[in-house]
Amino acid sequence: MPVTDRLSTRFAACKAQGRAALITFVTAGDPDVAATPAILDALVAGGADIIELGMPFTDPMADGPAIELANLRSLGSGTKTRDVFALAADFRARHPDTPLVLMGYANPMLVRGADWFADQCQEAGVDGVICVDVPPEEDAEIGPALRAANVHPVRLATPTTDAQRLPAVLDGASGFLYHVAVAGITGKQQAAQSSIEMAVARLKAATDLPVAVGFGVRTPEQAAAIGRVADGVVVGSAIVDIVGSHGDAAAPFVQDFVAALRGALTHQAQETAA
Amino acid sequence: MTDTIALPNSLRSQPDANGHFGAFGGRYVAETLMPLILELEKVYKAAKADPAFDAEMAELLRTYVGRPNPLYYAGRLTETLRAKAEPGKGAKIYLKREELNHTGAHKINNCIGQALLARRMGKKKVIAETGAGQHGVATATVAALFGLECKIFMGAKDVERQKPNVFRMKLLGAEVIPVHSGSSTLKDSMNDALRHWVSNVHDTFYIIGTAAGPHPYPELVRDFQSVIGKETRAQMLDTEGRLPDMLIAPVGGGSNAIGMFHPFLDDPEVAMIGVEAAGEGLTGKHAASLAGGASGILHGNRTYLLQDEDGQITEAHSISAGLDYPGIGPEHSWLHEIGRVKYMPITDDEALESFQSLSRLEGIIPALESAHAIAAAEQVAPTLDADKIIVVNLSGRGDKDIFTVADALGVEM
Repeated sequence: MPVTDRLSTRFAACKAQGRAALITFVTAGDPDVAATPAILDALVAGGADIIELGMPFTDPMADGPAIELANLRSLGSGTKTRDVFALAADFRARHPDTPLVLMGYANPMLVRGADWFADQCQEAGVDGVICVDVPPEEDAEIGPALRAANVHPVRLATPTTDAQRLPAVLDGASGFLYHVAVAGITGKQQAAQSSIEMAVARLKAATDLPVAVGFGVRTPEQAAAIGRVADGVVVGSAIVDIVGSHGDAAAPFVQDFVAALRGALTHQAQETAA
Repeated sequence: MTDTIALPNSLRSQPDANGHFGAFGGRYVAETLMPLILELEKVYKAAKADPAFDAEMAELLRTYVGRPNPLYYAGRLTETLRAKAEPGKGAKIYLKREELNHTGAHKINNCIGQALLARRMGKKKVIAETGAGQHGVATATVAALFGLECKIFMGAKDVERQKPNVFRMKLLGAEVIPVHSGSSTLKDSMNDALRHWVSNVHDTFYIIGTAAGPHPYPELVRDFQSVIGKETRAQMLDTEGRLPDMLIAPVGGGSNAIGMFHPFLDDPEVAMIGVEAAGEGLTGKHAASLAGGASGILHGNRTYLLQDEDGQITEAHSISAGLDYPGIGPEHSWLHEIGRVKYMPITDDEALESFQSLSRLEGIIPALESAHAIAAAEQVAPTLDADKIIVVNLSGRGDKDIFTVADALGVEM
């Protein structure tokens, strides 16, 4: 793993503060490439701990309408893969300590070969990759190349990942484990808090990796509730909706919303400590 | 019907245990779906080994679908092409009459098989994607037959251009959900069907309409459609006392073609041509993933796709809504790479010509999909000796296409 492992460093720092890490998602190039750096800065300024940067794809099958539209806005404004890596490298230069994870689909990642993709990630200072449609069974497509480039392949566990299957998911997982709280697509249903708590307990019993929870987390209250049990909380569609409404003027609105999320996580930690 | 035995070096033993056909196929789905497709694989293996499953399927194909359908010698088509060919040239053309099946196409073969699997898995709801509406109608039909709740995802553009099929599906009790995302065509209806499936895995079975998608779909759809090739083989041996020299079938996703080809893959004397939709021509808008695409990952499998240099999927075009898809089944990608099957592009205009010529010469109005295969046969037959035999898979009937064709010919209806 990387000599300076930003992901494990950040999760450890949050743990020391007694709170969950705030992981925020936006799509690269939404609404366009020029507007993205300010939005990424707003995420950090608002208090995000880890940035998930979506690589746009024409056919985002695991995403609900909010992120699907973000993908189409980005591609519609001409975003190319080289722009995504330029945005990542530029972010890394401005924020040397904030972990950056690319999230997306196999075809844009693998079209020039896994080695090319992994090298680009490494050069741009990307810490981890979530490839939605490469399950452990197809790890050979991308996993070995990422590991060789010291980039974490982040795996997903879902409500349908049963005890029998979980070891296969954990085998080769690194960085953190992303628990998809609902069997569904992004930004739609919300999982019951009780089912999230049970799932996180089950996952933490099976792995030492930090466990982050995402899908359907839209409010500071939900984030705080999940933050009580998980090591990280992922918020995506709710932020992407703000970008959708405000376009290239979205940065201050994004920052306010992220600050509210972060405030709820910090407040919850103080309450727990007191 | 006796099947031929698959030899160790057989071309008929694909896919491997992980669903790979050479470098193609596989299981590229979100984790949420993995447990379900692994269960489907298990259920399908058990069904394959169960004579009762086979018997029920065979009985439904006989009494409900109307199988076996005929292998018909297209005499006027053959003679017309011979008249234009050099002396001694002009192969004999047979048509495999899949268009005579209940619901008018080969799609029903697969739907019956998958509905039986849904029942075995205890799923009460089925969903499907559809382009032209043929697979949607076939799925709605088997849903009615088995008493299953049915939702059909159909691109909004296709809902508009295939109104009669939309009404048919509704008559059959299905709910038709127009898909507005992306280009509002077949690819997008598949995206939305997958989105619905991932959100309803506990009670829903996805009846995929072609030999594509995550393993085990390409394998099981091929197996269910192989009845086409097995019948053709038996009927040809019966009529001519030998195997055909060439098989021709249209390829969108490629389920009718793989169903016809697969039982003959180990017979080197049988040549095969898969016909891709070249739309406005390979330099313009088309749907020929092998001729104009590259290997990539979409909808659960690695296969040839129409895509740009960044791996973004590009829009397909064909006059035939059923071929209007930017990918192709993974087994075809493999058969293309090893050269066992040749793939040939046919344009919208060529298909339109053959749509009309078959109607006039044989009294059979073919589906626009099938008209692509007829066009290929019309080009190839005159180059072969007169004692050669070609079988064309007439995968569907053309009633659904009369509005599209009238429009293309500038006829007011």
